[in-house]
Amino acid sequence: MTILAIENIGKQFGSLKALDGIDINVEKNTFHGLIGPNGSGKSTLLKALAGDHFADQGTITFDGIDITHQPPEYRASIGLNFKFQITAIFPELSVYDNILLSVQSTASIWELIRSRSRASLNDKILETLEQFQLLDKAESLAGELSHGQQQWLEISMSVIRKPKLLLLDEPTGGMSPEERRATGELLLPIRKETTLVIVEHDLEWIKDICDNLTVLDQGKVLDSGTVDKIEKSNKVKEVYTTRV
Amino acid sequence: MKDKKANFKRLPLLEAIILGFLVVAPLFLSDFYTVILTRMLILCLLAISFELCWGYSGIMTFGQGLFFGMAGYAVALLANKVGFVQIWGVIPIGIFVGTIVSFLLAWLLLLGKKAPEIIFVALGTLTFSYAAERLVSGWYYVGGGNGLSIFEFLSFGSYEIEPGVLFYYIAGIALLVSYLLSRYLVRSQLGLVLAAMRQDEKRLLFLGYRVRGFKALVFTFAGAVAGLGGALYAHHEGFIGPNNMGIGISTMAVLYTLFGGVGSLIGPLIGVFALETISFTLSGVDAFKSFWPVILGAILLVVVTFKPDGLTGFIVSRRERIGTFGRIDKKEKNGRKETKD
Repeated sequence: MTILAIENIGKQFGSLKALDGIDINVEKNTFHGLIGPNGSGKSTLLKALAGDHFADQGTITFDGIDITHQPPEYRASIGLNFKFQITAIFPELSVYDNILLSVQSTASIWELIRSRSRASLNDKILETLEQFQLLDKAESLAGELSHGQQQWLEISMSVIRKPKLLLLDEPTGGMSPEERRATGELLLPIRKETTLVIVEHDLEWIKDICDNLTVLDQGKVLDSGTVDKIEKSNKVKEVYTTRV
Repeated sequence: MKDKKANFKRLPLLEAIILGFLVVAPLFLSDFYTVILTRMLILCLLAISFELCWGYSGIMTFGQGLFFGMAGYAVALLANKVGFVQIWGVIPIGIFVGTIVSFLLAWLLLLGKKAPEIIFVALGTLTFSYAAERLVSGWYYVGGGNGLSIFEFLSFGSYEIEPGVLFYYIAGIALLVSYLLSRYLVRSQLGLVLAAMRQDEKRLLFLGYRVRGFKALVFTFAGAVAGLGGALYAHHEGFIGPNNMGIGISTMAVLYTLFGGVGSLIGPLIGVFALETISFTLSGVDAFKSFWPVILGAILLVVVTFKPDGLTGFIVSRRERIGTFGRIDKKEKNGRKETKD
């Protein structure tokens, strides 16, 4: 079952065609990787999916709803979450409060004023902190965490919301090999409830974690399919051996 | 980033000291100084209203004077034209006018299709304040440049509430209630959203929050607080004029907050007491009479330049001012840690 249908998406910045007629279908409860050389349009596509900017042409359908020109807060409210390439946590709030902020976002303003869900969310937050190895840091400021821990915090802020679709832009950027391996392990259990679209430079890591891959080059889809198919693709080999 | 001061609960202590002082102050102050202090309490409402917008929600506004002045004019007109000076009506009317005017401004400036830039809101509120000041200056019905005087005292039934100890405690209770309500709001789960909004508004959108709605809500609540202040001010001073609703008083609200310290509700109060005391003292010294505003300006510049956290920053750490919002169940947390070990 397709959860995300990208049809003929285009985006132009001045004279540069960053995305040129992209078509991708993402199946529910799969991990789908977007790879490609620098400047191929991966992050631009992810931002168009998240609502950071709008596509100039084409349509994006998520869970049966046309979201092409919907703002990010709407997309988030229907279960589409985005993790930025540059870690976007709230550094002056505690780790615990960062997660509380994320998980309470479905509450009404009146519920927030009355602080109705604060106590009842405690268990869920602690469970997530434990899952992402951040329990000891619960009361620390998020800005005091290491880079890798900040990345985990941001991922955990999305995961706790149990989104239908999670977009991760270079989730292992700046991490040590050990942290990368741990990140992969942390993501695997969410497959039951969440579909993942990941942009990543580390090809070995993304091949290990993803079911399907789409390769972008110069704003177009070069090839798409299972990891095995992409590994054997001559077109992909050519791009990666000549230009990466 | 670690701060030793963060370990101490200095903020509640500071609040308790100031509250204690304000409760007993009329017992040892003369009537003259009680009246001066009452004026400061009323101006604290104006300062809190700015702090809620800027310090807690990241809305740079020069409109607080507008809400303050409009409420003041409304109750002054009622007193002059209809003879209505009953406190049970004056206070709700002040709050109502502040709420309606600030909501209209929020609707115009904050609730557009796209999230407004800080500068757009700052200039927008500045323009409205300036326009309103010019309008009342030239409008004979509301006293033109001379403003409106109120010749009757605020009353409860037939009992007249003259400026003095009773008015002081009424203003004090109005401030205490506004302070506690604001404190409840900024420490609630909604306060967590506001704290995040100050740090990264865009990120908050991606978490699904309708940021503009939150801003409009706080802006309107702050307008109500300023309106309450304006109604009390007009009756306490027996006068309201164009200077009480324009850019001048709006800028004073900004200065009180910057001087006292952004990021806490007690900071603006300290700013009001400090700036008003310095102004009052300097203006009374013969040697400084002709140029005391210059000295005041220099003091302001020094504090804002070298201590951006304001006077409160000397006592309360930034960490404590931001605070924590989740109440971590320590037993549960420790239980999880032991299980893990």
